[in-house]
Amino acid sequence: MLEAVNISKEFPGVKALRQVNLKFYPGKVNAVLGENGAGKSTLLKILTGVYTQYDGEIILKNEGVRFRNVKEAQNAGIAIIHQELNLIPELSITENLFLGRELLTSVGFLDEKKMDEKARELLEKLQLDAAPRSLVKQLKVGEQQLVEIAKALLVNAEIIMMDEPTSAITDKEIDNLHRIVRGLKEEGKTIVYISHKMNELFRIADYYTVMRDGCSVAEGEMSQTTEQELIEQMVGRQVLISKKEAGSTSEETVLKIKNLNLRHPSVKHRKLLTDISLELKKGEILGIFGLMGAGRTELLETIFGMNPSSSEGSVEINGKEKHLKTPKEAIRSGLAFLTEDRKNEGLVLGMDITSNISLNASPGNDFINPSKEKSLARAYIQQLGIKTPSENQYCKNLSGGNQQKVILSKWLAIHPEILMLDEPTRGIDINAKNEIYELVKKLAADQMSILLVSSEIPEILTLSDRILVMAEGQIKASFSASEATEDKLLKAALPH
Amino acid sequence: MTVSFNKEFLKKSQSLIALFLLCLVLSLLSDKFLTGTNLWNVLRQISVNVCISVGMTLVVLMAGIDLSVGSVLGLTAALSAGLLKNGLGFESLDLFVGFTVLGGVLVAMLVGLFLGFLNGWFITKFSIPPFVATLAMLTIARGLTMLYTQGMPISNLGSSFEFIGSGWFLGIPVPVWISAFFVLIVLFLSKKTTFGRYIYAIGGNEKAAFLSGININRVKLIVYGIAGMMASVAGILVTSRLNSAQPNAGASYELDSIAAVVIGGTSLSGGVGSVTGTVIGAAIIGVLNNGLVLLNVSPFWQQVVKGLVILVAVIIDKINQKKD
Repeated sequence: MLEAVNISKEFPGVKALRQVNLKFYPGKVNAVLGENGAGKSTLLKILTGVYTQYDGEIILKNEGVRFRNVKEAQNAGIAIIHQELNLIPELSITENLFLGRELLTSVGFLDEKKMDEKARELLEKLQLDAAPRSLVKQLKVGEQQLVEIAKALLVNAEIIMMDEPTSAITDKEIDNLHRIVRGLKEEGKTIVYISHKMNELFRIADYYTVMRDGCSVAEGEMSQTTEQELIEQMVGRQVLISKKEAGSTSEETVLKIKNLNLRHPSVKHRKLLTDISLELKKGEILGIFGLMGAGRTELLETIFGMNPSSSEGSVEINGKEKHLKTPKEAIRSGLAFLTEDRKNEGLVLGMDITSNISLNASPGNDFINPSKEKSLARAYIQQLGIKTPSENQYCKNLSGGNQQKVILSKWLAIHPEILMLDEPTRGIDINAKNEIYELVKKLAADQMSILLVSSEIPEILTLSDRILVMAEGQIKASFSASEATEDKLLKAALPH
Repeated sequence: MTVSFNKEFLKKSQSLIALFLLCLVLSLLSDKFLTGTNLWNVLRQISVNVCISVGMTLVVLMAGIDLSVGSVLGLTAALSAGLLKNGLGFESLDLFVGFTVLGGVLVAMLVGLFLGFLNGWFITKFSIPPFVATLAMLTIARGLTMLYTQGMPISNLGSSFEFIGSGWFLGIPVPVWISAFFVLIVLFLSKKTTFGRYIYAIGGNEKAAFLSGININRVKLIVYGIAGMMASVAGILVTSRLNSAQPNAGASYELDSIAAVVIGGTSLSGGVGSVTGTVIGAAIIGVLNNGLVLLNVSPFWQQVVKGLVILVAVIIDKINQKKD
C-alpha cells in the first residue's frame, strides 16, 4: 500500500499542495479526481521522485520512504505512464522496453535475442499484436500506451500510475486498456488512475480520492458515490472575488466566427476543432471554459492566424471577412494574443522590460526611439504595477506575475481591439491574479473586447459576461453570466 | 548598486582586457610588436576577418550559422578579378562588356548578397538547418570558383584595384577604413533599428518573436544576405591586397570568423552578444596570430594555441552565465 501523509509542497508564490493525505490500495484501481490545478500532477511528481523538496511523508508498505530521484522511485516499484508518452518513436519496441537496462551477452554485447524474447512475452500478455522489432512510431497511440505498460511490467512495478490514459485513444482501445487494467488489478498490483471522464471512472475504478486547491477533500468507495456528488466535491464552495458588473457591453459585433474547423497536423481524419461558431461583442468578456485538451488554445491560435493551412471556416472582424495567415496579419487586424506559455511563447527572457514591451509596438518604424520606448515602458510599469527596480531589468529576473504583466503591456501598447487571453493567471500568486482581474475588467469597461480562455472556473465566473464551454474540440454549451454555476460548467466540460 | 555596475562593466570588457593583456605580454616578449609598421600590418590583416565576422555576428545572434562565407569570399573574389581583367564576353552575340574597378566590386558584392539570400531562402523556405544549408553552399561556391578559375590564380589586376587592399588614406590603411565603415553600419543596424531588435528577439525566443507579429523569414533572409555580402567585401580586400585572386582564397575563413564571434562573447544559441565584441574577438585572433609569428612559434603550435584560446574564452563565458 502507498500512502501520502501530510504532504505539502510550495512553489515560489504558490502553495501547490497543503497537507495532502491519501491512500492507494493494492488490488484496486484508485482514481484521483480534481480540476486542472487541483494538485494532482504535483502529487504524482512527488510520489515518483521528480520533486524531492516537500514536507510530509510517503509510506510504502508500512515503511517511510523519501525518493531522491526518479530512479529510486522506480527501484521501489513505482511506475508512471504520463499523458504524453515517454517513448522514443525512432526506436523499436524492444529497444524502448530495455532502454537503460539492456541485457548483455557474456562478452558485453547487446543480447538482442534474449531481449526480443522477453519483449514478445510481454506483448503476448498484453495482447498487443506487433513484432518486437517494429518501430514505436508505427504503432497507434493506444498500442504505444501498452508498450508503456509493458515497460512497467518489465521492471515488476507494483504500483502503476496512469495520468489521463484515455485522453487520446479510441473507444475500442479504451475497452482493451480497461481489460488489461483489470487483469493487473487481479494480480494484486496497485493501479492509480487519473481521469476526468466520469462514466469511465465508474466503470473501472474501485476507490476514489478527490483533490481541490491542493488538498485532498474526499475519498471513498466508488460504488458508494454518484457523479453529482463527485462534481460537487471537486468544485467545492469557493468564495468569489467581486464579479464583473454586467451591462457594459454594446450590441456591436466585433468578432464573428462561423464553422471553424481545424485538422490534426499529423493524424488523418482527426479534428482538433469542429464547427466552432461564436460572436464577440464590443466591450464584452467572453469566457471559454474547458478542461485540458478541449481545444481552447487551438481555437485562439487558429483565430490568430497560426494554422492557415489546416483550418477552414470564416472569421469576420468588424463585419469584414478576414483570411489571417500569420500573427502579423492578425495583429494588423486588431487582434492581440496572450499565450498560455509565457516563457516559451510570450517573452524574450534575455531582453529587458523595455525591449519586450516595445517588441511589437513599433511596426513601420525602422529606427528605435530610446526615449519613447523608455517612457512607454515606464508608463506601463506604473499603470500595471510591475514590481521591478527599473525598466532595464531583464525579464528572466522577474516573478511570474510580473512577467505576465510585461506581456500584457506588450499587447496593450499596440491598442488592440480584441484581446485574447489564454490562461492569463496560470502559476502566479493570488495578489497578481487579482490585479490582473481588475485590469481585465477595466479594459472591457473601456470597450475592449476580450476572449478569455481558462480552466479555472472561478476565474471564468468572475470575469465573463457570457461563457462557452468546450470539450473535444467542440462548443458544448453556452451560459449567460447569471445562469452559470460551477457545477453546470464542469458538467458540460466533462467528456462523455 | 555601484558594485554590481562595476561587475557588469568588468564582465562586458572582459575580452577587451584580455586583448590589452595580450598586447602587453607581446610587447614585452618582442621588440617588433609595438612598432608602427607591425601594428598597421596587424590592423590590415584583421580587416578581412572583421568584415566577415560582423555579418557572421548577425547570423549567430539569430541562433544560426554560416559556414559558406569562406567559399563565397573565394567565388566573389575570383569573379571580381576575372571581370576586371577579362571583362565579360559573349562570342555568339559579338558582345564584350568591360568592367571598371567600381563595376567589378559592385558585381562581386551583388553576387555575395545573392548567394547569402540563397542560403536564407533554403533555410526559411525548406526549413533546412542553417548548418546543412550553408555547408552545401560552402561546397558549391568552392566548386564554382574552381570552375571559373580553372584552378589558376587571376593576377595583375591593375594599380587602382590594388589601392583598395594596399593603399593608405589619411595615414590609415584603406582596408581599415573599409572595415570600420561596415562595422559602424552593422553596429547601428543591430543596436538602433527595429530590424536589429528583431534579430536579438528571434535568437532569444523565436516563437515569441513570431507571435509578436515579426516576419521571421524576412529577417533571416536579409541577415544571411548581409553575411554573404560581407564575405564578398572581404574577398575584394584579400584579392586586392595580393593583386591576385587565388582559387582557394578564403578556405576555412569561416572558422576564424566563428572563433571571433564566440571569443567576442556572442552565444551560439543566439540572443546574446554584440558586434563590438566580435571586433575585439577578431583583434584577439589577429594579434595572437601576429605575435606567434613574431615569436617564431611553429605554425603547428599556432593552431594549437588558437584552439586553446577559443576554449578558454567559451569556458569563461559559461562560468559567467552560471553566476547569473
